[in-house]
Amino acid sequence: MSSQLSSLYTELVIEHDKRPLHAGLREPFDTEVHHVNPTCGDEITLRLRLAEGGERIEDISYDAVGCAMSRASASMMADLLIGRTLEEVAPAQDHMEAAMRSRGRLEGDEDLIGDSIALLGAAKFPARVKCVLMPWKAYQAALVEAQMLGA
Amino acid sequence: MSAPSREFDVESIRSDFPILTRMLDPDTPMIYLDGGATSQRPRQVIDAEVAYLRSDNAAVKRGAHRMAGFATDAYESARERIGDFLGAPSPDEVVLTKNATEALNLVAYSLGNGDASTPARLRVREGDEILVTEMEHHANLVPWQELARRTGARLRWIPVTDDFSLDLTDLDSLVTERTKVIAFTHQSNVLGTVNPVATLVEAAHAVGALTVLDAAQSAPHMPFDVAALGVDFVALSGHKMLGPTGIGVLWGRYELLAAMPPFLTGGSMIELVHMDHSTFAEPPARFEAGTPPISQAVGLAAACDYLDALGMERIAAHEQALTQQALTGLAAIDGVRIIGPAASPSRTGAVAFDIAGRHPHDVGQVLDSLGLEVRVGHHCAWPLHRRYGVHGTTRASFSVHTTAAEVDALVAGVAHTIDFFGSFS
Repeated sequence: MSSQLSSLYTELVIEHDKRPLHAGLREPFDTEVHHVNPTCGDEITLRLRLAEGGERIEDISYDAVGCAMSRASASMMADLLIGRTLEEVAPAQDHMEAAMRSRGRLEGDEDLIGDSIALLGAAKFPARVKCVLMPWKAYQAALVEAQMLGA
Repeated sequence: MSAPSREFDVESIRSDFPILTRMLDPDTPMIYLDGGATSQRPRQVIDAEVAYLRSDNAAVKRGAHRMAGFATDAYESARERIGDFLGAPSPDEVVLTKNATEALNLVAYSLGNGDASTPARLRVREGDEILVTEMEHHANLVPWQELARRTGARLRWIPVTDDFSLDLTDLDSLVTERTKVIAFTHQSNVLGTVNPVATLVEAAHAVGALTVLDAAQSAPHMPFDVAALGVDFVALSGHKMLGPTGIGVLWGRYELLAAMPPFLTGGSMIELVHMDHSTFAEPPARFEAGTPPISQAVGLAAACDYLDALGMERIAAHEQALTQQALTGLAAIDGVRIIGPAASPSRTGAVAFDIAGRHPHDVGQVLDSLGLEVRVGHHCAWPLHRRYGVHGTTRASFSVHTTAAEVDALVAGVAHTIDFFGSFS
């Protein structure tokens, strides 16, 4: 067994895959997006509910079909983002994207991204970067849409 | 087709493929089980392409210099060799394309490009029907969807059964007087199922419909003879039959090609060009706009030589044995479901499977850590996966260089994968 494989499938990743947090689609929501990874057929439907004049994330609910990495990523992301302000969340999103695209060079800041630090092993596997980032892309699209509605 | 001229000895075959000595980690040899996606190339193919580039390279079919003649000879000899491999009555029926996808698009576009001067049989219009199957690769589905959209024709499909073959129960009502084209795969790239070509050809003949066969998965793995198959068009890919990427083949009956309008237009495919209109060359040139894939054609001809020297019958027998071994081994593992027919004689060496509760990306990742290079996902056959209630599958596909020991490693690797994920609480 390669050590790279065990850096990918950690207990934490498998735990989130098996018992995902905040999963399932809930009402009420402001926007809903559906993202697909056409190369593997993975799909996520994600709903976003903002509060406090659009400054705070009240809820993220989702239905994710995909590999362990993408499902764990959705679970960790929702748990990290729900209840926080957009201002708090923006650096986490930037950091997640930068770390995942760093091919493993960026170590990752747990204070910023929480449990998602466990996903950074996937940054060394170019084919898996998309799996991890798909929920984040969906969140970003849902946010842009919500802000356009609110504007 | 030439008689086999060498012994079928897997170790000797393996020594022809330089890439098979590659290590993925210091202690992990690469076990290539993804020939269904793209095959590896023997040095005979690599060397033929390099030799052409080193001694004969020039633009074909233009220029008076001797080099242009050498290049043209190499290209046209390659066309003849490829036609011979396919059993084509004439090399003029062999159109060299970019890949099988382009070959299929060529037919689909040409059938929509006709005008009043085009024979009705070769012109798909509103009210016509196009018949495909539920097990098509996207390359033999999407071009027909698009032809239907452009022309107003109706796309219909033959469903698949629970035991992974075409459901021909309602064939009589699916093939009607309005059916213009029946396009189907010779061998499913997922299921390994080999389709009943004769039955579908007969149904097409009864209503005067054209038949288009996607042979990308079959031609490299079994004796292949376009004349005997009775279809009107055949598409295949060089890189799935030990040849280069960037080259595919469309074989078509000459009288049909000769009456069809072009798909891509431009240089090399014209007869006369004026400022306001042009006339077109005879086939195959009519369908080869622009500078063609010349060194790739030479490489593909060398791949045909290589396959013929081994003998397609013996290649098929070799891969059948491996397929049976894999099916038996995988079926014995708890939690593994084979997505494809169980019995070996009715199928070929693409073996797709599902491991209950495990996404194929995760399965492929663990197998890769063991050096097992398999394909994961929907294999460009998304509707087929939906039909069988899986989002994706893991697929191993076998080639001339695959050994029984590698198949054993696959079976052990799948068992290991289940143990690996089972080890988490």
